[in-house]
Amino acid sequence: MQRRKFLGGLLLGPISASAAEGTIVIRNAKILTVTKGSFDGSILIRDGKIVEVGANVNAPADARVIDAGGQYVMPGIIDCHSHIASEAINEGTVSVSSMTGIEDTVNAEDIGIYRALAGGVTTANILHGSANAIGGKNVVIKMRWGKDAPEILLDGATPGIKFALGENPKRRGGGDTGLATRLRYPATRMGVEDVIREAFTDAKAYKANWDDYRLKVAKGERLIAPRRDLKLEPLVEVLEGKRFVHAHCYRADEILMLLRVADEFGFKIRTLQHVLEGYKVAKEIKEHGAGASTFSDWWSYKMEAFDAIPYNAALMHKKGVLVSLNSDSGELMRHLNQEAAKTVRYGGLTDDEALARITINPAKQLAIDNRVGSIEVGKDADLVIYDKHPLSNYAKVQKVFIDGQMYFDRDKDMSDRAVKAERRKMLAEKQKAAAAPARPAGGARRPQ
Amino acid sequence: MTRRHLLLAAAGALAFGQSGSPNLYAIQNATIHTASGPPIANATIVVRNGLIEAIGASAPAPAGAWTIDGKGLHVYPGLIDALSTWGVPAAAPVAAARPAAAPGGGGRRGANDDTPANVQFQDDGGPEERPSNTSWIKAADLVQSADANLIAARNAGFTTAIVFPTTGIFGGQGSVLNLAGDRAGDMVVSSPVGQYLSMSTRGFSAFPGSLMGSISYVRQVYLDAEHYKTAKSMYAQNARGLQRPAYDRALEGVLESPRTLLPAGRKVEIERMIRFGKELKTPIILYGGVEAWRSADALKTAGVPMLINLQWPEREREGDPDFLDSLRTLETRELAPSGPAVLAKAGVRFAFYSGGVARPADIRKAVKKAVDAGLANEDALKAMTIEAARIYGVDDRLGSLENGKIANLFVTDGDWLAEKTLVKMVFVDGRKFEPPPTPAPAGRTE
Repeated sequence: MQRRKFLGGLLLGPISASAAEGTIVIRNAKILTVTKGSFDGSILIRDGKIVEVGANVNAPADARVIDAGGQYVMPGIIDCHSHIASEAINEGTVSVSSMTGIEDTVNAEDIGIYRALAGGVTTANILHGSANAIGGKNVVIKMRWGKDAPEILLDGATPGIKFALGENPKRRGGGDTGLATRLRYPATRMGVEDVIREAFTDAKAYKANWDDYRLKVAKGERLIAPRRDLKLEPLVEVLEGKRFVHAHCYRADEILMLLRVADEFGFKIRTLQHVLEGYKVAKEIKEHGAGASTFSDWWSYKMEAFDAIPYNAALMHKKGVLVSLNSDSGELMRHLNQEAAKTVRYGGLTDDEALARITINPAKQLAIDNRVGSIEVGKDADLVIYDKHPLSNYAKVQKVFIDGQMYFDRDKDMSDRAVKAERRKMLAEKQKAAAAPARPAGGARRPQ
Repeated sequence: MTRRHLLLAAAGALAFGQSGSPNLYAIQNATIHTASGPPIANATIVVRNGLIEAIGASAPAPAGAWTIDGKGLHVYPGLIDALSTWGVPAAAPVAAARPAAAPGGGGRRGANDDTPANVQFQDDGGPEERPSNTSWIKAADLVQSADANLIAARNAGFTTAIVFPTTGIFGGQGSVLNLAGDRAGDMVVSSPVGQYLSMSTRGFSAFPGSLMGSISYVRQVYLDAEHYKTAKSMYAQNARGLQRPAYDRALEGVLESPRTLLPAGRKVEIERMIRFGKELKTPIILYGGVEAWRSADALKTAGVPMLINLQWPEREREGDPDFLDSLRTLETRELAPSGPAVLAKAGVRFAFYSGGVARPADIRKAVKKAVDAGLANEDALKAMTIEAARIYGVDDRLGSLENGKIANLFVTDGDWLAEKTLVKMVFVDGRKFEPPPTPAPAGRTE
């Protein structure tokens, strides 16, 4: 099956190192650990983990050596808000779609994964969209291009769920647009709050019902079990602190509303997403313990996103909020390093603080900082080599490693292009000839 | 067959069957392709009362048999369309998908009575409303023996179709139907044989509106069915002191179905549906298979059979001649017909279905493409006969030419996949049909 190999090799997974490769040493690098300073040195990787970092490391003689040529090595970028690699984003027909989940629609062959790699991203939080007040469940993936859906999931990541406030979840309710487009409750911000309250009231009743059933059965009563409800189970997990809430929001008033509702029902908001007016209520966000994942300078694309400032990330950070920068876009995802750099310009963050917005901070928000987010001994070898300092506009990703395996190599990408283009041209011509309309005589004719 | 024909038949000779045709045939001197062993040259096959009585080079023609000289002819098991809608007219009552009184439905609808008629409120809609669900209907109850598609298929050598109602997400239950019969009931070989699921969506305004909605909906329904079964059984054992489980026809339909058909074209979908099938705790069959050539290992490991759609992906004939497709699209088109050969080599069970191929004459052409891409001719025949029967558990009666099996077969004047070969006669349940003289063979004009 040579032809199969061809497709497998070129389209899916330009992986040059295999899992069993064992020990790798990256030498001659300017290492940006993000959490432990920056220095010239080497990184020793064994079985996908970082085992040594320093000016000199004890590399065994048979270790595979990658010479970084004096270029920069930083931890793989983590995007706390993305919609790539899924064949569905929104189940927007209902206001509570917690029964749905990205885990069911992961597409490990989405080209967005490869493009993310080319932008230095190694991990992303793949969220349901913001069409409804309570959306679907999310997954955290690593960009293991060429692997299948279960293999790209970051195992051990705490499950989460998407919430959304403001214009998007109320839009289908009609709002200002008149009755004819009214498809769904709610139509106002009040209604959004009501939907969330009602859902958690239902979830509490559901949990009580099951608790009651278990108690009675334990006492020997003969009862039919309650029906399992896949819509309410994730909300019970939220109440029990087993599932994170990632809430899409913009305005200060709706942010406060959600924090109060959560306090009242006894659960936590793990991250506020977008949170463009977060700078106005940073103290309250800090008190609740929510993280904030925002844009650097992207706003004014709709009414609720007007009162935004580029200092938002820095101001929230200085108030003690855990802040990350996200993309929410397959394009922006490819230059999150530049987004981080803007926090140096707007708000005066240090280089390490800026890089933390796209590495260790999103890792902490997703509770995966024991695995990823910085270059430290014991962590996954998820590393990016840039030719220039990653906070420079001129920096280009050269190589990307995940679990010590190389998943992106700029040189290989460039050299593969001609081969792919040639095969593409050959197949296109062959299929064009086959599809030409059959004519009794005179051969194929081009359509007029 | 009209009532008048039946009366005439009853007055006929004893050697003739109920429907007015002979009930004892012997085809002699033919090459017989059994699909269960090597071809037998210069052989005889005896058909009596709808069953195969004898096959072999030395099988004699019994006294009183209507003999057919098979010199130069080939006898094959009747072809089976492994996933079909033949015989179920488009206007079948499957459109009435929504239960008349949906429990818990339309909670807030009362406040919105000024809604224009074309706006559908779904604000409380969810899995519990059973949208797009007719799991209880059976193809056997919908089939019409005079359906034109069914007759066209029979003339092309098809004797059996596994027919499913296919509207909505839970389409309904399939039936194995023979493609001839005086009454619809005569056609049914086995029913129900499975539940047809699509993962279709209902657009912008009605649940489910996305693939993840469809999947979560199906998951909840199977969970509900399991719960329903337990609750009903507990209640049946001793009703005293127990809440009565509410009757739910959508769950009844799921519980009646011995297996579930799931859509899976690309590799990503095939692997997704294999995982999903394990969750549903029901035997599954996948249908689609455009990237089966990439998924043989996954199918083999899971032991899941695949139905391959014979409508191979092709470049749009009316498309922009200068448009350059992505390499991925081009590779899929190039390699899709090699899927069956890859599956055969890997030992994955598979069968073919007509899919979007409208003309029965084109179906054999599509099979030929798979053969040209490496599938052995005899494996292609199996994928249109015995393998389909095995997948649906009816191989004890259908799918190959063996003694005691249903006499479904077709007779040609050459190799079944050769372009100029004509179907000379078709036997369904031992009844002989002769296709009308073929118009110009496919591929030639004027």
